[in-house]
Amino acid sequence: MSAAAAPSPTSVRPTLSELFRAFAVVSVSGFGGALPWARRKIVDQKHWMTAEEFNEAFALSQFLPGPNVVNFSVVFGSRFGGAPGAAVALAGLMGPPLVIVTILAVLYARFGDLEVLSRILAGITAAAVGLLIAVVAKMAAPLFRKRWDWAPLIAIAAFIGVAIMQWPLPLVFLVLAPVSVALAWVTR
Amino acid sequence: MNDSPLVSLFGYFALLSLFAVGGANAAIPEMHRIAVEVMQWMTDRQFADSFAIAQVSPGPNIIIVTLIGYHVAGLPGAAVATTAMCGPTCIVAFLVARIWDRFKEARWRIAIQAGLVPVSLGLIAASAFVLARSADHNIYAAIITAVTALIGFATRINPLWIFLVGGLLGLSGWL
Repeated sequence: MSAAAAPSPTSVRPTLSELFRAFAVVSVSGFGGALPWARRKIVDQKHWMTAEEFNEAFALSQFLPGPNVVNFSVVFGSRFGGAPGAAVALAGLMGPPLVIVTILAVLYARFGDLEVLSRILAGITAAAVGLLIAVVAKMAAPLFRKRWDWAPLIAIAAFIGVAIMQWPLPLVFLVLAPVSVALAWVTR
Repeated sequence: MNDSPLVSLFGYFALLSLFAVGGANAAIPEMHRIAVEVMQWMTDRQFADSFAIAQVSPGPNIIIVTLIGYHVAGLPGAAVATTAMCGPTCIVAFLVARIWDRFKEARWRIAIQAGLVPVSLGLIAASAFVLARSADHNIYAAIITAVTALIGFATRINPLWIFLVGGLLGLSGWL
């Protein structure tokens, strides 16, 4: 991926139908995370954003609650086309996967009890969990590498609250997020 | 609780969508808690299967809510669950996107951004824990998980290959 070779400032503005098509293509290519595909399409191929603008918009999407790529489609679409742009980008992102996954849901309802299928899915789940652990490790590395700090404590508290105590996520969030933001405020 | 599953589907996922900082991966434990334990819509294995299907499907992983919704109430359930999970957060994203750039250097914005990172890390770690408990029923599954974690951490291989190998190992009957 040649994100470093981002050219001059963006002057190209996508039309609504271009927005729809770009996000539809990104969504069906994006196995296991659509981010690299979104970057390739938007920054490298279409030059709708510079690499910095893309990072900035994506940072915002990650910080917002809910699915990151979905947020990104709304943030990106609204920047270029207001509310219609956001709607069109979202429709492009969600439309094709929804059709595919609905077909899979129907098939699973029909064949989910088959021994073969459940064995295959068990293997895929075991592998997918491993990838999730890798994501956690990559996220944790910079956080835990720093000197003694509050951030790992917050992460561990969130983990214990949700995974071990099995408290509702909104409750854990409403307690920890303000504490964490306050700590980020005073330690800066 | 309401007797219509559509109402519960909508209520739970709409609420969850506003607190799922870190996306689909952060929301898994809460989905599991609601779908398997509180509402008993599906078994542990069906939940793990839905996770696997969402992983191998193209598109955002949050699409697992479509599968849960379909399982609970057919096509209307799929539509309601997906709308509930994406709707509120999209409205928030739309509103915040308009004002966010103005506060690029604001101290509170930097504090919010920095403060939410460890919370979402803890939530995603909890997801991995909850899913590992559902998925790793024997030593072979646990080994697959451990090896995949190392590969995922050390390389940038396309996850599709890893899923393919995982699926084949599963098919071979070890798990």
